[in-house]
Amino acid sequence: MSSSSPLLDIQNLQTHFGTIDGVVRAVEGVSFHINAGETLGVVGESGCGKSVTAMSILRLIQQPPGRIAGKILFKGTNLLELSEPEMQSIRGKDISMIFQEPMTSLNPVLTVGRQIGETVMLHEGLSAKDAEQRAIEMLTLVGIPAPARRVREYPHQLSGGMRQRVMIAMALACSPQLLVADEPTTALDVTIQAQILELMRDLKTRVGAAIMLITHDLGVVAEMCQRVVVMYAGRKVEEGSVEEIFLNPLHPYTQGLMGSMPKLGSSLHESGRSKLTEIQGVVPSLRKPIIGCAFASRCPKVTDACRQMAPAIEEKAPNHLVACHYAPRAAAAA
Amino acid sequence: MSTTTLPPDGFNAAPKLADVLPPRKERGRIGMFIYRHPTIAVGGFMVSLFVLMAIFAPLLWTVDPTALAPARRTRPPSAQWWFGTDMLGRDVYSRVVYGARISLIVGFATAIISAVIGLTIGLISGFIRAVDAVVMRVMDGLMSIPSILLAIAMMALTRASVENVIIALVIADVPRVARLVRGVVLTLREQPYVEAAVAAGTRTPMIIWKHILPNTLAPVTVQATFFCASAMISEATLSFIGAGTPPIIPSWGNIMAEGRALWQVKPYIVFFPAIFLSITVLSVNLLGDGLRDALDPRMAKRI
Amino acid sequence: MSNSQTQASSRPLLEVKGLKKHFPIHGGILGGKVGNVYAVDGVSFSINRGETLSLVGESGCGKSTVGKAVLRLYPITDGEVMLDGRRVDNLPAGELRPLRKRMQVVFQDPFSSLNPRQRLRDIIAEPIVNFGMASGSELDDRVGDLLDKVRLPREAMYRYPHEFSGGQRQRIAIARALAPGSDLIICDEAVSALDVSVKAQIVNLLSDLQDELGLALLFISHDLAIVEHLTHRVAVMYLGKIVELADRKTLFGTPHHPYTRALLSAVPVPDPTVKRQRIILRGDVPSPINPPSGCRFHTRCPFVFDRCKTEEPQLRDVGMGRMSACHLDVVPDQVPEANRQAVAA
Repeated sequence: MSSSSPLLDIQNLQTHFGTIDGVVRAVEGVSFHINAGETLGVVGESGCGKSVTAMSILRLIQQPPGRIAGKILFKGTNLLELSEPEMQSIRGKDISMIFQEPMTSLNPVLTVGRQIGETVMLHEGLSAKDAEQRAIEMLTLVGIPAPARRVREYPHQLSGGMRQRVMIAMALACSPQLLVADEPTTALDVTIQAQILELMRDLKTRVGAAIMLITHDLGVVAEMCQRVVVMYAGRKVEEGSVEEIFLNPLHPYTQGLMGSMPKLGSSLHESGRSKLTEIQGVVPSLRKPIIGCAFASRCPKVTDACRQMAPAIEEKAPNHLVACHYAPRAAAAA
Repeated sequence: MSTTTLPPDGFNAAPKLADVLPPRKERGRIGMFIYRHPTIAVGGFMVSLFVLMAIFAPLLWTVDPTALAPARRTRPPSAQWWFGTDMLGRDVYSRVVYGARISLIVGFATAIISAVIGLTIGLISGFIRAVDAVVMRVMDGLMSIPSILLAIAMMALTRASVENVIIALVIADVPRVARLVRGVVLTLREQPYVEAAVAAGTRTPMIIWKHILPNTLAPVTVQATFFCASAMISEATLSFIGAGTPPIIPSWGNIMAEGRALWQVKPYIVFFPAIFLSITVLSVNLLGDGLRDALDPRMAKRI
Repeated sequence: MSNSQTQASSRPLLEVKGLKKHFPIHGGILGGKVGNVYAVDGVSFSINRGETLSLVGESGCGKSTVGKAVLRLYPITDGEVMLDGRRVDNLPAGELRPLRKRMQVVFQDPFSSLNPRQRLRDIIAEPIVNFGMASGSELDDRVGDLLDKVRLPREAMYRYPHEFSGGQRQRIAIARALAPGSDLIICDEAVSALDVSVKAQIVNLLSDLQDELGLALLFISHDLAIVEHLTHRVAVMYLGKIVELADRKTLFGTPHHPYTRALLSAVPVPDPTVKRQRIILRGDVPSPINPPSGCRFHTRCPFVFDRCKTEEPQLRDVGMGRMSACHLDVVPDQVPEANRQAVAA
């Protein structure tokens, strides 16, 4: 870990929602940080709280019924203590976000150029003319052909991949320091996903923004990220460098996740069809407080201790944090 | 991986976190229902109040609403005549209470009959392409005539009676239900569970009965409550202009029509039926809104 | 599949020849036909008993349309569909109905593929009742057995779909598909909407059921890693056509058609130590309303040459039991030198 203070430092984040059926603890005590210029992957299955974490960072959670607690330090400032106007000046400028569904996150009645231009007019006070010029530059940057023409088109005139490029152009228009990308390629076909991932990698080296990449696809994480946070039932269960997490997963959930993911090229090693590792059971309800380890109900190694006492997050190997009582401790870290 | 059973340094528990939101209050079943669906509870309660009032009208300290008493015409509200008397000396309170019967009968009957007919037409034209084109053009034609004009024309051609008011209003409402149901049917037909039923060899009548009909009931019920409310207003309007319920039967529209002439000097004759009509319509609409939110969340967002 | 089984019935269970499905586009004031969506445009394949054939491709390639056309959820435009040697695409509804019990379907979305107002018992029993295969307590026993097969508790019979999670609902849909004793199940993106760990459960269940019951599966999916895991043979589709068809090892080991190669190389690998050479296709999939002339892939193909733009390549045997539709297979001489080097690389 770098000695200088991180770009974003999340401490004990709790995001709860008050619903008719009770309190949903969508995020329960998550801490992690993102350094300037790095790509952090946040992985987990639906309902693990990864998207709510992202929304909490940008304070896009309706409060009430939601409630965010803990600390979200962006360059040392706690975002949770800022006023709404102060937060607005950060959103889209210092921190911006890309959503999964490019169709619904673009306004259908405004031209692409207007939508990109609006952000820069708002944050940098550019004139309408300069804003359009910036929009054309951004479209060129994200590899959209004939940008001078496209800038006047409406979102429905673009394909899904193009729309996601426009979303990226919008997000990068004010040169943010942190880009939060929530399943940016999930809705896209695999050849288009490859284009967008290549674009993001390429832009990262040019723009230098840190990326928080939220995805359920371990393949995307392996290709894009330096560090990974694995979430389960609103909690962080494991964190480490991408090599550590993929080659030496220590938490039983991470191990299960790796085993249940089929890998391309499997037919080359095995003659017949092989079984995938299953994680038995279902995710626990977030409406009731979970006593003990959140993964206890599905864990193959579960003991009474796990059911009674939630494991603390501990550094079991250098820069490798795990929340499991039974994760072996590497000699160096002990 | 080593076969650890117990880590040498023991277990470390995660720090306990406090809840950031107050826990949900414990409520009983009725309390939970009111909390979840406040509009259904309020609307439903008020509608049932009016229904009870209409059914038990004779027991609610009323007198014969048609009894004439020229000697005590146009008395203001008092302890004896709660809502006063009209220009023929009839007790306005009794007339208003009995008038609820007409409003509710017309409202419910119109809603139920037009829902049943509209549902049938909608289901058929949603499923049979050949019928669809013809039926829907007829429905479009009917819908292009303002419903109140259609009703006035109907009433002009027939004898004034409560039944004819209902028939006129049903004719105006049926195309709207049919359109709604047809739209729902066309969406449902594309649903994977309907396609799975086709692939499973289920015959078309059975598909309509088991898969389509139950799933159209929710939107039709919601629509029916709104038709009920609008039918009550239409009935009052028709009666007010003398093209509805025969004047001999007390209905809120009739009472208002009769009180119209004396509006400036004896406003209470118009005021009481008007306030009852408004509150009844409001209650039915509240119930409808609540049902829509509970039964069809998608529709609630759209409107 | 064992040899004896193959000999016992050499004829494939399902045979599709030259299948076409065009959807008319209506427009204008009078609602007249203004064009066609060429969703499936001449597709041929066959599936043997107990075998899995996967149809893979990106959205809009027509793979789901093939599935629905085989199920006769709508009439086809042209071609033949034969089930166990009997032509089914032109049968009148009455004669088709008894054949429906032999092929069933599992759809993608576990939330819309079950009628929310039916209990599980009625959902699973529907095909059994339709074909008068059981009633009364025998019916309950059958439904119970089916729930056992998909590893759900028997008591679940009396509950409604909304009480179950996505993975459990998909098990219910599989139980319904097994109910009439089907030979062929069409899985239309059956695991695509599920989370990774649940996906693995369903994939394993399907493989087990196939081994146990000798089912044939037409597995329609865009997820190549899953397909590689459970399939026997694979057909790759692009814009309404099959561009390559081969057995699992051949296709995944040595992808041949330029599109297959690009598709496989685009899949992210969950191993940070592997750095692969990637073929990134430029542009988007063209519209099936107005497909490109010649080879439909020529607008994005890295190896395109003149002939591709005018003449459509036929699907032909290129050895090792592989079928491919590419001009490079037939006339390597005509390929410009630069392209040939690129192919060799």
